[in-house]
Amino acid sequence: MSILHVYAYLVAGWLLLGGAFGIARSRNLIHAVVCLSIAQSGTYVLLIAIGYQSGASPPVFGGSTPPDVAAHSAVVDPVVQAMTLTDVVVAATVTALLLALAVQVAKRHGTLDPDELTSLRG
Amino acid sequence: MTRRVRLIVFAAAAAAVGVLLVVTVVGMPPFGNAFHPYRDVAVAAAIAHQTANVVSGVNYDLRAFDTLGEETILLGSVVGAAVLLRPGREERERTEVPEDEPPLQAVRLVGYLLLPVTLVLGLDVVAHGHLTPGGGFQGGVVLGTGLHLLYLAGGFRALERLRAVPPFEVGEAVGTAAFVAVGIAGLAVTGSFLANVLPLGTFGSMPSSGIVPLLNVAVGMEVASGVILLLAHFLDQALRVERR
Amino acid sequence: MALSVPVAVLAPLAIGAPILGACLLLTVGRRVPRRLVDGTAVAVAALVLALDVLLLVRSAGDPAGHLATWIGGWGPGSPALGIALVADPFAAGAAVIAAALTVAALVYTWHYLDSAEAHFHALLLLFLAGMTGFVLSGDLFDMFVFFELMGAVAYALTGFRVEEPTSVQGALAFGVVNSFGAYVTLTGIGVLYAQTGQLGLAPLAVALQGRPPGAVVVGGFVLVVTGFCVKAALVPFHFWLDDAHAVAPTPVCVLFSGIMVELGLYGVFRVTTVVFGPVLPHADLQRTFLVLGTLTALLGAVLCFLQRHLKRLLAYSTIAHVGLFTIAFGTLDPAGTAGAALYVAGHAATKSALFLVAGSILDRYGSVDEIDLHGAGRRARVLPWLMLLGGFALAGLPPFGSGLGKAVSEEAVAEAGAPWAPALFVLVSAVTGAAVLRAACRIYFGLGSRPDKDTAPLDTKGSEEAEVKGLLKRVPATMLGPLVVLLAGGLVLGVLPGVPQAFAEAADHFLDRAGYLASAFGTAAAPAAPSPASGWTTSGVVLGLVSSALAALLALAALYRDRLPGPSAVGRRIGDAVVARLRGLHSGHIGDYITWLLVGVALLGALVGLPLLAG
Repeated sequence: MSILHVYAYLVAGWLLLGGAFGIARSRNLIHAVVCLSIAQSGTYVLLIAIGYQSGASPPVFGGSTPPDVAAHSAVVDPVVQAMTLTDVVVAATVTALLLALAVQVAKRHGTLDPDELTSLRG
Repeated sequence: MTRRVRLIVFAAAAAAVGVLLVVTVVGMPPFGNAFHPYRDVAVAAAIAHQTANVVSGVNYDLRAFDTLGEETILLGSVVGAAVLLRPGREERERTEVPEDEPPLQAVRLVGYLLLPVTLVLGLDVVAHGHLTPGGGFQGGVVLGTGLHLLYLAGGFRALERLRAVPPFEVGEAVGTAAFVAVGIAGLAVTGSFLANVLPLGTFGSMPSSGIVPLLNVAVGMEVASGVILLLAHFLDQALRVERR
Repeated sequence: MALSVPVAVLAPLAIGAPILGACLLLTVGRRVPRRLVDGTAVAVAALVLALDVLLLVRSAGDPAGHLATWIGGWGPGSPALGIALVADPFAAGAAVIAAALTVAALVYTWHYLDSAEAHFHALLLLFLAGMTGFVLSGDLFDMFVFFELMGAVAYALTGFRVEEPTSVQGALAFGVVNSFGAYVTLTGIGVLYAQTGQLGLAPLAVALQGRPPGAVVVGGFVLVVTGFCVKAALVPFHFWLDDAHAVAPTPVCVLFSGIMVELGLYGVFRVTTVVFGPVLPHADLQRTFLVLGTLTALLGAVLCFLQRHLKRLLAYSTIAHVGLFTIAFGTLDPAGTAGAALYVAGHAATKSALFLVAGSILDRYGSVDEIDLHGAGRRARVLPWLMLLGGFALAGLPPFGSGLGKAVSEEAVAEAGAPWAPALFVLVSAVTGAAVLRAACRIYFGLGSRPDKDTAPLDTKGSEEAEVKGLLKRVPATMLGPLVVLLAGGLVLGVLPGVPQAFAEAADHFLDRAGYLASAFGTAAAPAAPSPASGWTTSGVVLGLVSSALAALLALAALYRDRLPGPSAVGRRIGDAVVARLRGLHSGHIGDYITWLLVGVALLGALVGLPLLAG
């Protein structure tokens, strides 16, 4: 087994942990929300990488492909692509919600720095 | 924790999780391998239902229930953003928004030229979701963001003339409800929620793959409305809401 | 006749109906009178409750105990093509609790000041759809989708009162931590998919069984349950919970503490029993849950007792109880599982009622701060006694359902190899009950020496804005009604004679992996061998009375602390330092919370993985 067999998976793990690192050291909540999106992009990379098959074509058949030919051609996994699409929607909408919350935090607290938000303790 | 302590604890924990991730992925089937049992049956099932875009076949037929959940997340988030960005008690919404600087002539020209093209493209992506890459979600995003070319080309007032919020709130709810309604139709006709109730048509032709195009349209309507509403709430919050 | 409605109709409609209801409210909500909005939302939630009850009756009456249906007709079959919804008595029962609490929350909302043009009602219905979908789904990725639906709606509901600075801050921390947990779960789903090519719980279980418990299985398990552990608020994944509960509107707290947090445990133990049970060694899993549960119970109890903010106090009490549930479920045997489920049901009724008491205190007196409100409620007549009753129910007083759950659980855990467990159960439930009793005595009876208001300037105080316009002169029936019904429900659960038997059978079905697989593949299965049901025993009643008495004593001791002989100066200094440390960890800082989340993943990995490496 060579490094290339796991490289894409390692990239996914790197993004997940890198996003977490960004949140841990963040000084700005907008930055933290974007770091969360980075962590999530690790899941896109992982899912798409899992579905890849060397030499296979996309799982979308042109209008001219007869169905019996389509059934026998090698394609990459469409299931993970569908999952990724769902994941993207989740990411976009959750990010929007969190940014809306960040807008209100900035208004009500006058700051976006997590170090200065001290009203929920103990 | 102080910043320093936090980063030290983080480094230790992340190292441990990193080890866990590495030993896990090393044991996984290697990148590019041919072991995809779900794919094998999913492609066959999608072709049996005359769906040329197998990803759409998975999203709107085999695993349509996931997509229903996903559209409900979108609905919930848009409603949530509306709630979170509503003016507080000590705030109010201005009725008149100050006219911003007119955009560059070139931007206006390109914006107004691209607007119809983008909207047509969005409709095309929705309508051909079962045949070519794309679908209700992708097309809906093109439609929803494309409309905001108006904002770039004509400013907030031009956008507002064409984009009253209430119809899109209805459009969003109706799109989601239509998805559930298609599901109930399946229940009524075949006994299974979201089962196909339409003729399957011919592989690769425009009327094909049963309920997939119908669900694409429902999702396209919901997503386009949802994106427009999301942006409207953020724009209102930035441009309209002020302290009393 | 209604009993013959097939599960293929009941299960999808229980998820689809609240979505349709929310769409309806969003379409017409701003144009119709408020009462119509309230009525429609309650009617939709009641419809879902009826569907869920039917589902519960059907699945409990079925000899195999599992009813499956395949969305789109893509099943049954192996390899699995589509998504199965599987109802067993636990899944249906959890859905019943979710729907019942939603009805209670919506009735309570009748007097809620601001519904944001019916948006609040729509969000509650979508939240119900998310919870119902999560428990009924028999597919791991589908569970993730509905988990995210629960999450996204919950963030918005937490931050609903946008004028409150703490509200939006708590909601944001909740959102970031929970979403990150969900992405870790999705990573785990990807790992398992790569290994098996399956997403359904049953096909995954079949694909994994017989494999050696290698790195991929351990990694997949740890990653998948991480998100569920965050939702279940197990230490050290719990930090979001006290912030979110303290700031969310009262009806939302009812749903959070009563069922959403417990659904995290449902996720953990559903995947553990169906997918990983036969692959990972049972002893390792049991030890993992025992360690996590004990940590959670102790930390929750200590911090609960330290609070003066009433909702935050109840939130930490939920953490403490989730720890106890985890210990009992973690036995992975029928008796412990039945006890834990009973405990969850009894706790849902009690804790929800207590949150409604806290909400009525906020709306009546304009604060939820136990110390500021000292003696404020002297004139109240009904609520003081209800709150005391709730406090004793939380401590496990017989014959409350929570007391029965506690009794069955502690016995089962002791038999499963932790003889010290009854002491832990008694202690933790007594401490959390004592905190509620203390608050009730201070607020309603003015007992105890009037404490110095600024003893602990760094504590989170309970100054909040009331949730109604102007303070209430008296607590209306729509607030009192759900409260009384919930407490009464908790009582009925403990005295109805058939309850222990029903929960024992439900637990058998929950642990009956073969039955689950058979239903998900559409084959016939032999009914699981029934295990004996245990109800109230002498020792259970005695321990329940002991913890109630202990709770009363602790509450009195806390009220009259200044009259007690104090500990030595050294002891006091050590105690203060430990308390300050523990409190300091709960900083409200998202950077800290994410760091602890990773510590938790590492801890899980070590607890499950290291024994395998050593073995």
